[in-house]
Amino acid sequence: MNYSLLAPEFIVLGTAVAVILVDLFASNKKTLVGLSVAGLIASIVVAAFQWPSTPQSLFGGMIAHDSLAGFFKIFFPIMAGLVVLASADYVENFKKFQGEYHALVLLAALGMMLIAQSSNLITLYLSLEITAVSFYVLVGIQKDKKSTESALKYVLLSGVASAVLVYGMALVFGFTGFTGLSEIAGALQSMPPSHILGSPGLLMGLIFVIAGLGFKIAAVPFQFWVPDVYEGAPTPITMYLSVASKAAGFALVIRVLSSAFIEPSALANQWAPVVAVIAAIGMTAGNLMAIPQRNIKRLLGYSTIAHAGYMLVGLAALGSQPSNSSLAIGSVLFYLICFAVSDLAAFICIIAVSRQLKSDDFPAYAGLARTSPIIAGALTLALLSLTGFPPTAGFLAKFYVFNAGVQADLLWLVVIAAINTVISAYYYFGVIKVLWLRAPAAPATVPASNPLKTALAISTIGILILGIVPAAALKLSEAAAAIFVP
Amino acid sequence: MHIPLLTLTIAIPIAGMLLIAFWPRLSPRTIKWVSLVATAIPLLVSLFVFAGFDRSDSMSGVMQFTEKLSWIPLINANYSLGVDGLSLPFLLLTTFIGFLVILISWKIDLRVREYFAWVLLLQAAITGVFIATDFLLFFIFWELELIPMYFLIAIWGAGRREYSALKYVLYTLLGGAFILAGILILYFATGSLDMVNLINTDLTGVMKSGMLALTFVFFFLGFAIKLPVFPFHTWLPDAHTDAPTAVSVILAGTLLKMGGYAMIRINAAMFPDEALKFAPVILVLAVINVIYGGAITLKQTDIKRLIAYSSISHMGFVLLGIFALGQISMVGASLQMVSHGIITGLLFAIVGVVMHNSHERSIPKLGGLANQMPRTAVIFILGGLGAMAVPATSGFIAEVTVFLGSFSSGVVGGIQVFTLLCLLGILLAAAYILWTVQRVFFGLPHPKFEGVHDADRVEQTFSIIFIAAMFVIGLYPRVITDIIDSGIRPIAAVFGGS
Repeated sequence: MNYSLLAPEFIVLGTAVAVILVDLFASNKKTLVGLSVAGLIASIVVAAFQWPSTPQSLFGGMIAHDSLAGFFKIFFPIMAGLVVLASADYVENFKKFQGEYHALVLLAALGMMLIAQSSNLITLYLSLEITAVSFYVLVGIQKDKKSTESALKYVLLSGVASAVLVYGMALVFGFTGFTGLSEIAGALQSMPPSHILGSPGLLMGLIFVIAGLGFKIAAVPFQFWVPDVYEGAPTPITMYLSVASKAAGFALVIRVLSSAFIEPSALANQWAPVVAVIAAIGMTAGNLMAIPQRNIKRLLGYSTIAHAGYMLVGLAALGSQPSNSSLAIGSVLFYLICFAVSDLAAFICIIAVSRQLKSDDFPAYAGLARTSPIIAGALTLALLSLTGFPPTAGFLAKFYVFNAGVQADLLWLVVIAAINTVISAYYYFGVIKVLWLRAPAAPATVPASNPLKTALAISTIGILILGIVPAAALKLSEAAAAIFVP
Repeated sequence: MHIPLLTLTIAIPIAGMLLIAFWPRLSPRTIKWVSLVATAIPLLVSLFVFAGFDRSDSMSGVMQFTEKLSWIPLINANYSLGVDGLSLPFLLLTTFIGFLVILISWKIDLRVREYFAWVLLLQAAITGVFIATDFLLFFIFWELELIPMYFLIAIWGAGRREYSALKYVLYTLLGGAFILAGILILYFATGSLDMVNLINTDLTGVMKSGMLALTFVFFFLGFAIKLPVFPFHTWLPDAHTDAPTAVSVILAGTLLKMGGYAMIRINAAMFPDEALKFAPVILVLAVINVIYGGAITLKQTDIKRLIAYSSISHMGFVLLGIFALGQISMVGASLQMVSHGIITGLLFAIVGVVMHNSHERSIPKLGGLANQMPRTAVIFILGGLGAMAVPATSGFIAEVTVFLGSFSSGVVGGIQVFTLLCLLGILLAAAYILWTVQRVFFGLPHPKFEGVHDADRVEQTFSIIFIAAMFVIGLYPRVITDIIDSGIRPIAAVFGGS
């Protein structure tokens, strides 16, 4: 048993405990921010040193230590760190719970790190719930009416999704006799394809698993919780949900689909069209529903549904052509990184604005380019990146995913995705228009603390670096995807 | 030391933009001077490239002044630039108009800092389109141009500016999506993003013919929106009419040329069989462009909209020249693009002067301006002569080359009919230009325009430069036709026409 390979997780857990303890004694709550960030940086450093060159299986196959896990063990602490920095101002809104807030952010990160390395349905479910429970509380931590309502909505719907997921897992276990993903894959490979395709129970299990996971990544038709929860949650948590929790969902989907249900390809070719259709409907519905929104958090909520759709194009490509899995998975991972920096930058601007103007509706953003050019510029850059304009991260991300789609002969899906890009430009430019063309509502500039500025600088520079010199991130994504090369 | 000249033509406007955008406390006057320098240097650099360009036969169709750096090795994408006989005239045109546009913008006083920053970014993006030889890089510049255009039209424009700006973005983005799909298909068939390499690859060997045709159509749709070709032209009058003067000049002068340039470089050079197959359909569109565009122009009462529609008609000539697929006709099409860039640039600029000084753009309400603005009238008339293709102007030599080349190209069946139909465009042009001159500048002087200023010194300066360029090409076309010819020859050789 090599416990040292779980050191990053233990560091995050230890930091969470330390935060709660320090909270009891510290009078200056800013130390919590410093402590959390320090712990996260430590875990990132350790995870980077432990980057797995060869895949290993730990704890009797419950935990995988491979490059995909390594990728997310770095990704999630970075996201959590940026959330902590970005919420440094926001936590003033719930002064009493700062310790709990930071601890829960860390615990959610811990859960997501574990999700990425679970190679067994049981660990997978457990880590999923660690994450989910942390998020339930975080969504409701503001304790006002809206926040409470969103938290309740999130608990109930997420609970149903978990139930569906467990049911699916049970069916899969029943038909294959295993809970380990690689054992499931082995069992499926030894069955004749006709037997697999002829057993509705197994396919139903697969569908239920996809459905349960679809909720987590807010894929259509499991997206309805998104706008309400996003709107009601504290903005930093909305950001955390939209970026990290979605990435965790994708880590899970990639892990499950690509290691357990990829071979024989007859099976993969069964779920690929389902994923492709979900992708097509998801991006279209997300984009169309975003158009009438006048609250920027809701708008971004709908737009993340669309972005989940774009990412699913990569997964559909994986299923259609399993032999090219490293391109397909690499494209999804690269999209995740690019989407993360862009969405983070956008939400950080929103956090700054909403603190000053106490509103997330469009009129509050009027003329921001005149009053706070830096915030307006960063938000514009983030929105352009989300649209997919060069030379930003979003463009290369789309290029990569479309790339995978065309390669897997999914030209029709890529064309739909490309047309959706045009639709999305319409509403993103709606926001840009308000920022630059309207007269300012209030002459005041938007103040921002140093931690928030740091987080904003990291994410905006990330948008440009990923868009102009993406080689390093691309290499990382492809390296992480390389474990699945058959 | 090797100086990366082509990179300079992109990097200097971008450096100027960054300086303007982020250096606090620059006075509007300084900003204008910085912009002028940041566009003057690229103009000088491209003149230097023009002078040093190897015109010998052995170099025809070969990229010169190439620069290549590995950029995203994972997908074989390079940062690679280069000019051949086809792109060099457009590089010159872009830097030339880019420089004049700063002079044309001299009177801008609204949000000066942002305005000039966007103009410089726009300039860099358009330049990049013409000199990029890597598909991904080409596409990035192609799309990058949209963002400054949006802001320039939406903030400094007039009329329904926000609507027009968004319409422009959405149309072009849709076109971009098709181009991107085409690039990806090509990339998967060949594993290369290198445009020179792809031109020299026989794609029929690596792709099914149905797929080739689809790719051709994808590219064509994308470029047709930009050129613009009927029925994808509706964004153009809106964008032109509502854009500020300088942006109209860029739009007509260089942006539209991206479409024509790419059609030759990609549609004709990479897909010769498909180009031949689709030529009759496209030529029908060309005829529609010329005649429909010309006829609609006659109806216009807004002076800016009138010139915008005349561009649609003139771009029909370009389309005719390209898809007649003859060597002379394609040279003519390129020449027509350069010439139209100069002439329409001049017309838009001087219409801007008329509008700015008289505060009126509706033709029926104008009249007799030659009395108050004699210099402006002369300049407009000279530009009009170019647009009507009067001998000695660049317009004449360009259109003659297009028509002679198309009529005798012999590559596409029935080309003579298409050419003769397009000739009607010349008549229409004469009609709308003369009628406009008559209604705007002659007739009885209007009392309300008493005391209207004539073109001032800056305006006269850029007008003279435009007019000089128009006559230089008109009187001695070889100054650029030799170069264009060296770029076109290898492309036209595939079709075997004259």
